[in-house]
Amino acid sequence: MAKTLTTYLDELRDSRVWRSIFRSGPGQSNLHHALVVQSNVFLHLFSVKARKRVLDFGVTWYLGALTFGSFLVLVITGVLLMLYYHPSVPLAYTDMKDLQFVVSSGVFLRNLHRWSAHAMVLLVFAHMFKVFYRGAYRPPREFNWVIGVVLLLITLFLSYTGYLLPWDQLAYWAVTVGSNIASAVPVFGHHIRFLMLGGNLVNANALLRFYVLHCMILPLTAIFFIAIHFWRIRKDGGLYAGTPSTVAEKEGER
Amino acid sequence: MADEGKHEKSEGEEQSLDRRQFFVRVGLGSLAVAGLGTAVFAYQYLAPNVLYEPSPIVNAGKPGGYPPDSVTLDPATGIFVVREAEGFFALSAVCTHLGCLTAWKPELGIIACPCHGSKFNRDGTKITGPAPRPLPWLRMWLSDEGDLMVDRSNLIAAREFVRI
Repeated sequence: MAKTLTTYLDELRDSRVWRSIFRSGPGQSNLHHALVVQSNVFLHLFSVKARKRVLDFGVTWYLGALTFGSFLVLVITGVLLMLYYHPSVPLAYTDMKDLQFVVSSGVFLRNLHRWSAHAMVLLVFAHMFKVFYRGAYRPPREFNWVIGVVLLLITLFLSYTGYLLPWDQLAYWAVTVGSNIASAVPVFGHHIRFLMLGGNLVNANALLRFYVLHCMILPLTAIFFIAIHFWRIRKDGGLYAGTPSTVAEKEGER
Repeated sequence: MADEGKHEKSEGEEQSLDRRQFFVRVGLGSLAVAGLGTAVFAYQYLAPNVLYEPSPIVNAGKPGGYPPDSVTLDPATGIFVVREAEGFFALSAVCTHLGCLTAWKPELGIIACPCHGSKFNRDGTKITGPAPRPLPWLRMWLSDEGDLMVDRSNLIAAREFVRI
């Protein structure tokens, strides 16, 4: 059974259509595996090789990958929620209620979006703590740490802008308070608040601006920095294995 | 050869530019101007010129509608109308800390903010923070029709009562 499946897969990989798309074709050699990664637009961000030990759960707890996973869940559920949500003052709250009580699976998607958002913030923090305490932020990976901080800020801004969209009391006052915090910036504070809200009050303009930020500008910026973040793992020498002495120690244990 | 040329220039006439340097500077200069212009246009575009926000001037109704010695909150406009023995005055109900709507607590005789616990007396003076300033007094006057009018954009000094 297993053999037949492999043969079928090999035949598929050798077919003209498959090879026109993936180029690498059938094969089990290390070179072939490297080619598969290298010739794929998504996979080529990553290294073609990694130390086996670095892929153990205990090394990273897979926190970065889990963060990315929650981001993907958020993008998919978010796009689906957009199909029923109008970012306007008379409709926003009722659309949110419709998603809860009227739309099939609406409450499931909304709750999935909500819990993934909470999980993503938690995972970003956990990922940063893990990287920090392992010392994985040190040269040559210091700039990838900086990109990570940018991604943390984008995550927090995504949470904040998403908070307004249900247009309920919690949303309204949270953004009132948040925008007044922004206006505490010296000199430019009131301009920042005015541009943020598109006015002096949390109103229709603010709802629309937060919606565009939440659904377009911030996710696109996040994807841009995530791509750089992943690519730099490869460019900075692969996943961090530890200092040479700890690596030798661990290898000795095996 | 190129190096030799540069040497001669730097020794001879240090101030003058060669053609390439001149065009590089013109290019960078025009890029800087264009960048600055883009920033200005972006700011102007993002700052709305017309706002469809409620007027700061509010009609608070007939003075007779407020019982003697009372504090009345209008949550829609964010003002307290206070009637005391000396007369009427209007107080902003927007907390000076982070903009939440405060509420009159008749059982305690104070104004309290639900967000971060600031407390004020009924004349707006601060009892406890985190609010940095007292609640401001707003200009109030009697219209020709005999209605109390309040201008929320016009802060006045405390203890200017409207006597009726």
